[in-house]
Amino acid sequence: MTREEVLNKYGKSKDNLLYILHDIQDSNPRHYLTEEDLKEVAKWLELPYSYVHGVATFYSMFSLKPRGKYIIRVCESPTCHLMGASNIIIELVKSLGVGIGETTKDEIFTLELTSCIGVCGVAPAMMINSEVYGNLTSEKIAQIIDEKRRESK
Amino acid sequence: MTVPRMHVLLPFDPDTLLSGVKEFEKALLDELKKNNLEEEIKVLETGSIGVTGRGILMVVYPEGVYYANLKIADIPRLVGEHFVKGRPVKDLLLGEVPARFVKREKVGLVREQKRVVLENAGMIDPENIDEYIAVGGYEALEKVLSSMTPEEVIEEVKKSGLRGRGGAGFPTGLKWEFTRKAEGTEKYIICNADEGEPGTFKDRLIMEGDPHKLLEGMIIAGYAIGAQKGYIYVRGEYELSIRRMQKAIDDAYKYNILGKNVLGTNFTFDMEIKKGAGAYVCGEETALIESLEGKRGQPRNKPPYPVTHGLWMKPTSVNNVETLANVPSIIKNSADWYRSIGTEKCPGTKVFTILGHVVYPGLIEVEMGTTLRDIIFNYGGGIKDGKKFKGALVGGAAGVFLPEKFLDVKMDFDSLKEYKAVLGSGAILVMNEDTCMVDMLFSIIRFFKHESCGQCSPCRIGTYELYSLINKVRAGEAKESDLETMINLSEIMFKSSFCPLGQSLVMPVKSAIENFREEFVAHLDKNYQCEKCRR
Amino acid sequence: MAEMVKLFIDGKEVEVEKNSTILDAAKKAGSYIPTLCYHPDLSPTGACGVCVVEIEGSPTPKRSCCTPVSQGMKVTTNSKSLREIRKTIVQLLLSDHDVTCPTCSANEKCELQSLANYLGVDTNGLPAILERKPLDETSVSIVRDPNKCILCGRCVTVCSELQTVSAITIAERGFEAVVDTFFSQGLGNSSCVNCGQCTVFCPTGALSERSEIDMVWDALLDPDKVVVVQEAPSIRATLGEEFGMEVGTVTVGKMYAALRRLGFDVVFDTNFAADLTIMEEANELVERVKSGGPLPLITSCSPGWIKFMETFFPDLAKYVSTCKSPQQMFGTLSKTYFAEEAGIDPSKIVSVSIMPCTAKKFEARRPEMRDSGFQDVDYVLTTREFVRMLKSAGLDLKELPDERPDELMGMYTGAATIFGATGGVMEAAVRTAYWMITGKELENLDVTAVRGMAGIKEAELDINGLKVKVAVAHGLGNARELLTKVRKQIEETGKSEYAFIEIMACPGGCVGGGGQPKGSTFAMRARRGEGLYAEDKSLPLRRSHENPAIKRIYEKFLKKPGSGVSHKLLHTFYYKRCDLSGCTIESVTEKHANHH
Ligand SMILES: Cc1cc2nc3c(=O)[nH]c(=O)nc-3n(C[C@H](O)[C@H](O)[C@H](O)COP(=O)(O)O)c2cc1C
Ligand code: SF4
Ligand code: SF4
Ligand code: SF4
Ligand code: SF4
Ligand code: FES
Repeated sequence: MTREEVLNKYGKSKDNLLYILHDIQDSNPRHYLTEEDLKEVAKWLELPYSYVHGVATFYSMFSLKPRGKYIIRVCESPTCHLMGASNIIIELVKSLGVGIGETTKDEIFTLELTSCIGVCGVAPAMMINSEVYGNLTSEKIAQIIDEKRRESK
Repeated sequence: MTVPRMHVLLPFDPDTLLSGVKEFEKALLDELKKNNLEEEIKVLETGSIGVTGRGILMVVYPEGVYYANLKIADIPRLVGEHFVKGRPVKDLLLGEVPARFVKREKVGLVREQKRVVLENAGMIDPENIDEYIAVGGYEALEKVLSSMTPEEVIEEVKKSGLRGRGGAGFPTGLKWEFTRKAEGTEKYIICNADEGEPGTFKDRLIMEGDPHKLLEGMIIAGYAIGAQKGYIYVRGEYELSIRRMQKAIDDAYKYNILGKNVLGTNFTFDMEIKKGAGAYVCGEETALIESLEGKRGQPRNKPPYPVTHGLWMKPTSVNNVETLANVPSIIKNSADWYRSIGTEKCPGTKVFTILGHVVYPGLIEVEMGTTLRDIIFNYGGGIKDGKKFKGALVGGAAGVFLPEKFLDVKMDFDSLKEYKAVLGSGAILVMNEDTCMVDMLFSIIRFFKHESCGQCSPCRIGTYELYSLINKVRAGEAKESDLETMINLSEIMFKSSFCPLGQSLVMPVKSAIENFREEFVAHLDKNYQCEKCRR
Repeated sequence: MAEMVKLFIDGKEVEVEKNSTILDAAKKAGSYIPTLCYHPDLSPTGACGVCVVEIEGSPTPKRSCCTPVSQGMKVTTNSKSLREIRKTIVQLLLSDHDVTCPTCSANEKCELQSLANYLGVDTNGLPAILERKPLDETSVSIVRDPNKCILCGRCVTVCSELQTVSAITIAERGFEAVVDTFFSQGLGNSSCVNCGQCTVFCPTGALSERSEIDMVWDALLDPDKVVVVQEAPSIRATLGEEFGMEVGTVTVGKMYAALRRLGFDVVFDTNFAADLTIMEEANELVERVKSGGPLPLITSCSPGWIKFMETFFPDLAKYVSTCKSPQQMFGTLSKTYFAEEAGIDPSKIVSVSIMPCTAKKFEARRPEMRDSGFQDVDYVLTTREFVRMLKSAGLDLKELPDERPDELMGMYTGAATIFGATGGVMEAAVRTAYWMITGKELENLDVTAVRGMAGIKEAELDINGLKVKVAVAHGLGNARELLTKVRKQIEETGKSEYAFIEIMACPGGCVGGGGQPKGSTFAMRARRGEGLYAEDKSLPLRRSHENPAIKRIYEKFLKKPGSGVSHKLLHTFYYKRCDLSGCTIESVTEKHANHH
């Protein structure tokens, strides 16, 4: 969907702000909101620009920076932590060569941390875009990253 | 139309998906087709049945036989032996059947769960409204609309003793009554499906496994409080829940269970799903309302409470998913029936998630008042890998670290209070002897630091101070007085934070340091080795 | 009669209105509760938690500033535990704070500092955890130092609710939460109109004016420069309180004396230019009424309002008076009229103004404000900066004698003085417009209907049988409300019911300006205004056209109001501005439009 299509879909009621931002971000291949996006949304809903900025930066699912094709979100909540999430994070940092919140040079992966994603039964877990991966081990990580890298080519 | 001879249920959850259940389903369908069984045997995708770590699962009805760790290569045998000849394939059966295993038929499973809210989850096709209706769904709504006044509904719920499952345990009937009696005609019911409490995914399983049950509960609630509109505020991350709930709502509109003149009565009720965007604090009811209004999810001051000043400042009842999913059964089977389950002051069942170092991590629904020991050692199968139990974090991140001596506590709102603990969301994180409690508390504090909305100074700065203090402990740079500072600070935060998020950190902080003091003190020694703290 | 509620504060029974807060009730009961984020003129945010009190039956203390009273409530406002809480909160705030009080712009006026002092907070208890963030120095008027911000939220409330500009918001979450502009582009690249109200309400040094003190000292200490100074009408009503005098005391003579002690070479008065503004503006009003020009005429002396208009109401620009503000009229004349009269090379003149206003700093730097051939006003100091200069020079206003200004551009009438209060420009203009239209003097000079703190004031004036409807708005939220109505009237009927409208960006007018002392409450603003009205009443001349210095400048230099010279030097034009970045898009009126 283009931004205009999203805006038209929702109408002008201010409580739609979050859903509009969701949809616009989802239609961006780099999974983020541009300055232009926030500006146009503010105009459409007749909200102050700063207000839209305040809302967009409150929620962790929104990003104002371009991200990779795949957003890897590793759960760092207590259950996953107990089951070894820190090792998973170290493993990912190593194999991707980026820090938390950063995107790989080839723009394929962005590494993020997340609070509980509700799949603690298979901790440690992570999400790649909307897909869940659980019972993670170092070997599994390598395998998943390889696979995704191949898919993106 | 042929009536299927058998139902084959394939639980779809993160675990089974990971094991390739999608490909398995395709292969199974092909095999059935090859054998001309596709009319006779119906394959259904269902939500999780609460078993994890066992690969691809399959449940076959009417026998109620459970298979686990299935591979595509097993399909010909399953079809040939079981589906055609009616002989279950013994070596593929779920071997060591967990004590908490869901039992429908009496086929020798050790123990039965008491299922009320999850009675249909994993048993029916959640995307098919007819199946829900076939198992008695929407009968409660029909009863309510045809023979009960809103006041009678509230009275029945009050009598049932149902208490909110979102954490605080507030009597649901009372909340509805306040909302009903509040001034104004425009009112709302909001279902809190933000489920962000770490270690909790019960609401997701209800929505994915039996979305109509939640809908029915919500419509009844709407009728009772005099609302015209309901919102379900679902965590943004829960994509499948959102899809299933949307399908359920769409179907309900088609069946005139939602919309104008519900089921031909003059009750009109609309429902909409709203999606969060990643903020734990939005589970707090006033923050949730702010977020629904398109704002930053910062809690409001209470009082006034949502029951008088909620969404758009109109009277609003905010109820948890599990709370609402209890309602249809209460209405259908009577308050007295409900009171016969659970304890005197906390009737009914509770859905718990058992996680961490247990043999069977996952989710169970049992009667209120079941002991922690029972849950961990029977339903959870005890500690994994032959290790010893060390402690459990009960009630989610805002919960309490309980040592072994508290294992016999009854899991209900009031009994836990005696141990200065809380039921919270029903998450139970079990830790074995290798766990470092300092490291676990670190993880909890980091969570709060990340999720504080930042609106008020005690929590915004307090969580960060606690974070730097626990890091000092981890690094072996702390003094004993730092432990006191942590406890004092968390107590001040309890007394002065704006909302329960900042207030609740006192529970994990105090219980960890007090119940596992030696370990904390040991960390003060510079030479102490701890792998978990990376030193 | 509002419903009343009885409750007990520290055992004392009080009765208050039903929608009161516990804090209101405690005030009534005579119990003092410390507060920090709370401000009497703003809706509470409940951010700090310092005001917590114990309520019988409540498991945790509650914030008194935002918790409503209820019948029979039993409240305790002070206890060991409450003291402990308050101390810890302040300690937390300081642990995340760049504590540099001695050099801080808020020193001695800082509410955090005084609370810490009052509570006896020990700063050693908790590790310092400040994560330093960069300063926002993009604005010519205002500097934002996030390292001194306590996130009380007052500035956001002020900017969005009081001023309806919404240039700033709270962005991010948790420990990262910060006051920010759209896409972190900085105040200078935002819709901020430089009104400075946020700096007045900010309890700490996190928001302050961009200081020009050093530049002014440099000029004063440069023997080659002739430093000319002007002081806005409202300054004389606020200086006193900063030196321990009663709020609203007018200290004009001591102000001149102080300026001379600081080393200003020529001490004039903005009031002179205010009288001049009235001559030009009243003339413009009369012309427009006579010639059927665009009405209502809207005043133009508040630069925060002008930028607001350019940003949000550019369609109304043609209604706005073309007169420059008194500061800018003065600036131009200081480098033309004064330079000529005194025989000084204008390039040697440094024109400094002492203003109640941060927007004047912006105005002085507008590129079109160079009609003298130089930047007309070189430096603008706010009241706060001026007070700091006086203190740094060891001057105590109370001890100084009363002196007189230099005459050429220093004499003024009562009409000029009341420019500093809301409604004053209107009142002053009416006095002169009446004379211009009727040739007679207005008998009753007090147009009381437009005085006072009501947000929007209306009056119907009778000018020799001609009925004129006027309106006054102060605070940009009120301005927005009034202008939205005017815009609608014009759109629907082609004209507005009003002939003349006064707008001031700041609540209370300049006495409540964005450069005035921190902590200026509405009640204080009202008292300062009363001080100005009292001075007006006490002056021998109260009509701008009676000012001998004004008569002289028209005789010698300007010819007559609205003349060619006047238009060249004293009038201006307006832009349409981008509501996102504040930058100019195009000019929407022309200079010399009224030139005959
Ligand atoms: C930080 C915080 C997070 C919360 N998260 C949830 C949540 O995810 N789901 C929920 O139902 N209640 C949550 N609650 C509790 C809600 O505020 C509210 O009490 C609940 O939705 C009421 O529903 P109930 O009466 O059915 O329990 C949370 C509370 C706090 C303070
Ligand atoms: S306690 Fe924490 S989450 Fe709650 S309002 Fe304060 S800062 Fe926000
Ligand atoms: S803001 Fe206040 S406490 Fe902070 S440095 Fe300035 S005067 Fe001191
Ligand atoms: S100066 Fe005025 S417009 Fe600018 S941020 Fe402050 S209050 Fe808002
Ligand atoms: S800048 Fe000042 S007024 Fe604004 S939140 Fe920070 S301390 Fe409060
Ligand atoms: S003064 Fe009440 S919370 Fe800050």
